[in-house]
Amino acid sequence: MSLWSKHAIFEKNSIILLIGVLIVISIGGLVEIVPLFYLKSTIEKVSGVRPYTPLELAGRNIYVREGCYNCHSQMIRTMRDEVERYGHYSLAAESMYDRPFQWGSKRTGPDLARIGGKYSDEWHRDHLNSPKSVVPGTVMPSYPWLARTELDYKHIADDLKVQAVLGVPYSPEMIANATADLRAQSAADHPDADALLKRYPNAQARDYDGNPNAISEADALIAYLQMLGTQVDFKLYDNKANIR
Amino acid sequence: MQRTCRARLAGDLAPWFVVLGYNFFIVVAGTGYLLGITQSKEYAEPEWYADLWLTIVWVVYLMVFLVTLMRRAEPHIYVANWFYLAFIVTIAVLHLGNNAAVPVSLFSPKSYIVWAGVQDAMVQWWYGHNAVGFFLTAGFLAIMYYFIPKRADRPIYSYRLSIIHFWALIFLYIWAGPHHLHYTALPDWAQTLGMTFSIMLWMPSWGGMINGIMTLSGAWDKLRTDPVLRMLVVSVAFYGMSTFEGPLMSIKAVNSLSHYTDWTIGHVHSGALGWVGYVSFGAIYCLVPWLWHKRELYSLKLVNWHFWISTIGIVLYITAMWVSGILQGLMWRAYTSLGFLEYSFIETVEAMHPFYVIRAIGGILFLIGGLIMAFNIWMTIAVAEEQSVQQGGSAALVPAE
Repeated sequence: MSLWSKHAIFEKNSIILLIGVLIVISIGGLVEIVPLFYLKSTIEKVSGVRPYTPLELAGRNIYVREGCYNCHSQMIRTMRDEVERYGHYSLAAESMYDRPFQWGSKRTGPDLARIGGKYSDEWHRDHLNSPKSVVPGTVMPSYPWLARTELDYKHIADDLKVQAVLGVPYSPEMIANATADLRAQSAADHPDADALLKRYPNAQARDYDGNPNAISEADALIAYLQMLGTQVDFKLYDNKANIR
Repeated sequence: MQRTCRARLAGDLAPWFVVLGYNFFIVVAGTGYLLGITQSKEYAEPEWYADLWLTIVWVVYLMVFLVTLMRRAEPHIYVANWFYLAFIVTIAVLHLGNNAAVPVSLFSPKSYIVWAGVQDAMVQWWYGHNAVGFFLTAGFLAIMYYFIPKRADRPIYSYRLSIIHFWALIFLYIWAGPHHLHYTALPDWAQTLGMTFSIMLWMPSWGGMINGIMTLSGAWDKLRTDPVLRMLVVSVAFYGMSTFEGPLMSIKAVNSLSHYTDWTIGHVHSGALGWVGYVSFGAIYCLVPWLWHKRELYSLKLVNWHFWISTIGIVLYITAMWVSGILQGLMWRAYTSLGFLEYSFIETVEAMHPFYVIRAIGGILFLIGGLIMAFNIWMTIAVAEEQSVQQGGSAALVPAE
């Protein structure tokens, strides 16, 4: 009876083979995934990170819908050239409210993790409408319908509600005011802007798409792009604070 | 499966449900992309309703497979069926884990994934890498383990090697996911584990390659005379090449250059076109004459043409991606003598142009090869010579020479 013939038990019983496979494939996943949920060092506490405003979330959903992550990463790695090109390396905390995460795998276009504030709203408008008009060598396709299409935000409160169920700290007040906050953020000098800022510190409210008559998909997407990577103030961030 | 178990597939309608249900899922998923309905998670784009449907189809698939396995007349489960079983159950586990999502409402295609940020990234690549590992590797190794011995008319090279590489492969593969997340915000310990296991994975992968190629022992002359067998063997060679490249790219220092570039794209395509594509083509070339009771394919010469045209296509494709990937990676990190970044991003995009042209030519050649195959298969079914002696169920047996 050699060791090899003992393997016959797997070869002769489909259920034992099935159980064997299940055990063998479970180990790696359990070891690598489960600790990420309870090790505190996985996501350090960083001040400034807050959930998305309703308008930013709607913009993010357009980013997801159009599959932007196929060509743009949102993850600056800890390497000299990346930090010089894009800014401070990305922190885990900066994507803690990202469902789904959009770190990406391919940079056909540049990383967008810190695109916020680097270009004007007008530049983004032109660029989305016709990328070649501002970057002649680009291979990015045009997204002209974004500025033409009115944003559908009827159910934005439901979106916040679902995220709250999943653990995002959206308060009942934030959910109740989701539609009002969305409108307030997409116009310049809106009377509700102060309430928005109280709920979402550092939110920027203005008419992103340059068309005061309508809230377009471009409004939402540009609002999202302009906040990307701007939540943490790296003048105050201490990368040694969480080392134990 | 019916041949290796000597049993009829379980259920009358269930196998049809699996085939049609899976294709329906593909249609739903594909139209979803066009409508902008996507979770934007790689290889897991379909939204929650498509995922639920796939879960139903997949459970039926597992039941059909298991019940057929239990009804088998063979005392031993054939090695190809170990791989199929591992593929079916693991894909089920991965699918459920990675697609855990809450829809915004029952009438909305939009859902939010349960995991967020760094955990979502880890779950995604636990899923994503093993979608490759179990769907495109274990599932297609099962194809290899049936069709290569059958076509070469030789037993598998080493039964013991198949035992070792089976268990090692499914154990190690699951760990490899974090190599997609090197130098990111994923904790360093997870990245290192992912790299270590990816390198170890090289061995069982090559175990499979050795078992496939060495099955030709004593029949090497068939490589010259039988273009179908040549296709099958070259597919295993591509498998060996891309499973060497994979561990190499999972090393953090190499990955710092290759990640985010076309090198990854080239790596995937040497696997997808070379391994998965060729082993499927080889299997189809074997199956069609058997199923339609034909003596041989309509034209082996056309198989030869298919082989060479698509091989040149793949080589153009993957070399173009290697060069463009490494070039772009080097350009991103290039510094001038004064210590400034040498190239703007758009300059690196413009430098990619010639390689994208070569890539397109390679892809077109591969497609032409596929069209030649389609024609050959069509003609085989329509006009090829009938098999002279009907051998009933064992038509696949090769008569003694």
